Amino acid sequence: MTDAFASDRPSGLASSSDYLHAGHTLWSWLTTTDHKRIAILYGITITVFFLIGGAAITVVRYELLSPNGNLISDDTYNKLFTLHGVIMVWFFLIPSIPNTLGNFLVPLMIGAPDVAFPRLNLLSWYVNLAGGMFTLAALITGGVDTGWTFYTPFSTMFSNGDVLLAATGVFVAGFATIATGLNFIATIHMLRIEGMTWFRLPLFVWSIYAVSLVMVLATPVLATTLFLIFAERLFGLPIFDPAHGGDPLLFQHMFWFYSHPAVYIMVLPAMGVVTELITCFARRQVFGYTFMVYAMVAIAGVGFFVWGHHMFVSGQSPYASLIFSFLSFVIAVPSAIKVFNWTSTLYRGQISFEAPMLYALGFVGLFTVGGLTGLFLASIPVDVQVHDTYFVVAHFHYIMVGGSVSAFFGGLHFWWPKITGKLYSEAWARFAAVLMFFGFNFTFFPQFILGYLGMPRRYHVYPQEFQVYHEMSTMGASILAAAYLLPPFYLGWSLYAGKRAGNNPWGASGLEWQTSSPPPPKNFFVRPTVSERPYDYHASGRAPEADDRTPRRRQDKVA
Amino acid sequence: MTQADYVIREPWEHISDQRRASTFGMWVFLASEVLFFGGLFMCFTYLRVLHPAAFAEASSHTNIWYGTINTGLLLTSSFTMVMAARLADLELRRLMALCLVATVALGLAFLVVKGFEYREDFDRHLVPGRDFAIPVAAAQLFFSLYWAITGLHAIHLTIGIVAVSRLAFLVERRELALPSPEFEITALYWHIVDIVWIFLYPLLYLGGRS
Repeated sequence: MTDAFASDRPSGLASSSDYLHAGHTLWSWLTTTDHKRIAILYGITITVFFLIGGAAITVVRYELLSPNGNLISDDTYNKLFTLHGVIMVWFFLIPSIPNTLGNFLVPLMIGAPDVAFPRLNLLSWYVNLAGGMFTLAALITGGVDTGWTFYTPFSTMFSNGDVLLAATGVFVAGFATIATGLNFIATIHMLRIEGMTWFRLPLFVWSIYAVSLVMVLATPVLATTLFLIFAERLFGLPIFDPAHGGDPLLFQHMFWFYSHPAVYIMVLPAMGVVTELITCFARRQVFGYTFMVYAMVAIAGVGFFVWGHHMFVSGQSPYASLIFSFLSFVIAVPSAIKVFNWTSTLYRGQISFEAPMLYALGFVGLFTVGGLTGLFLASIPVDVQVHDTYFVVAHFHYIMVGGSVSAFFGGLHFWWPKITGKLYSEAWARFAAVLMFFGFNFTFFPQFILGYLGMPRRYHVYPQEFQVYHEMSTMGASILAAAYLLPPFYLGWSLYAGKRAGNNPWGASGLEWQTSSPPPPKNFFVRPTVSERPYDYHASGRAPEADDRTPRRRQDKVA
Repeated sequence: MTQADYVIREPWEHISDQRRASTFGMWVFLASEVLFFGGLFMCFTYLRVLHPAAFAEASSHTNIWYGTINTGLLLTSSFTMVMAARLADLELRRLMALCLVATVALGLAFLVVKGFEYREDFDRHLVPGRDFAIPVAAAQLFFSLYWAITGLHAIHLTIGIVAVSRLAFLVERRELALPSPEFEITALYWHIVDIVWIFLYPLLYLGGRS
């Protein structure tokens, strides 16, 4: 059944029958159930939200240039950083890799024609968009000043902002997250092609599986928390109000029970992307495949039990703090396993430095810095010193921006030829990758120093001696903003003038590279079967040869 | 075209695979529902441990008759619902439609009884606020959660009633073939609504009466 396989077709022939040409009207896009088209719909909306969230923080950074805070009012400042947090967390980072690259690639990588529930997939996009509209409406009608964490009692009893509308947006978007996670779990369980056993899955698919578990089990608790905010703020039912014996700490426990796993929703798919990139551009088998799988599942699991490290100074029991501190150190172990395995994958590889690889290598460095500073914060005495300072801000931006956003851009560049069928300008792409790395470090490294010296987060009026670090950070942010604005131009240009990409421009081994670029609506012309593990770039036990960059075996049977 | 072809959807090729996937997907969704209500139960438990006397006092102000009748109604509706799903497998269309209608009727009866109970709670000033009937501060916490959780449960039940009514309507018009996975997954959803109530009943009604 596999004698005439898709990859043997010249890519030119496929152009009339690819998914992009399956319909040209706007209506055909808005009613599509094709996972590849839904990935692109998500890609468009998260780009818009990224620009909105980025614009808000640009104003914040310029405000921080001077210690007197004379650009905008206190109130506007609070609303802008809240907007930045809410939009970036729930409408950019959480859907970023899973809903764009994950949506596009998971069915391709496991040899399926689509996800398990295509209509639910489309519905999730509309629900996510509706949630985004609620939140944007909250911003237009006056803004929210609670910070992205919606801490009570401020959010329920005192804030004058439009908390309900913003929280409704987040609540609604949660349904989209759960639907996405559910869809991926069912897809990976039920639609793997013949021969694609669990331990032959590409690690990106494993990362999406792990993140889906977190999505399905953590997001509903956020829904509970927001539901109780509605009850208290809208209906005046006291739940967290200390005057009636309620407990604001209860809110924090519930909020962080979701929001700490949410960090892993953001970073696990990034880990999956980076694994694919490093193995391909080092022409090397992934070192310790099974341990990479166990590490991801362990991160997803242990990630549920570390939330208390956000509350070391909130007044929780010192014994609870002790256990949460210990578990936060424990979760560093699987994270470190991944970093070591990426490094070992590079060892004696035939490394080339295409743009996606630059992003991937950047990820490994920045994730390591973010992870190690996380250990500082996990130890209680250090946390007491730097809690709620710029040290924390720098730490989580190293994970979320340095880590997740770098990986997102790396993955976008790596799979761009598959998604669009076009090659982008390699020189511009490398330039943007390097610029992004420097801009990022320039922005956030000074914030570690700022925080250590005692600059609290969320203040816009500060003592004179911090100004030099804030100025460095703002200049870095300008470079970073420029770096983020480059890809839309050269990637957009590639759509019109880019050279046609072959089916497999990087010589990668996964199933997604065996079909045409862009793939046909049902992904494969002939259904593939799998008889190999992934990443078989070279014979086991010896390093890849310098002159041989073709994979030893592809994952399908034909090769 | 057989009946099975009639309900099959992309990307499935066999109705049995589609049914397996739908049921599996529903179980995953129910796992998230468990966490959703689990958060509320955790909240309730925590505050009850903090204020045991106030919760016992507040709990004795609920009307156990309404609660008990509703427990009976909902458990019976789960029986008729599971019968409907089973009868769909056996392709006994008439009997199944009857069971669906009975399920809807029992669900509606639950909401009616709940409505009477809510009215009585209003009349007896059991809504947290300035003229709350019980002079213990923490008793308001109990009734905050009482309204929040029973309200959320009623919303879930309403969604369930709409879903089962839709099935009954489609079966009656012969627009839904019996091998469709929708019977099974609707039944699963109905049961989670039922199970949530099984936890709510002792927590809210029996707590202060031991």
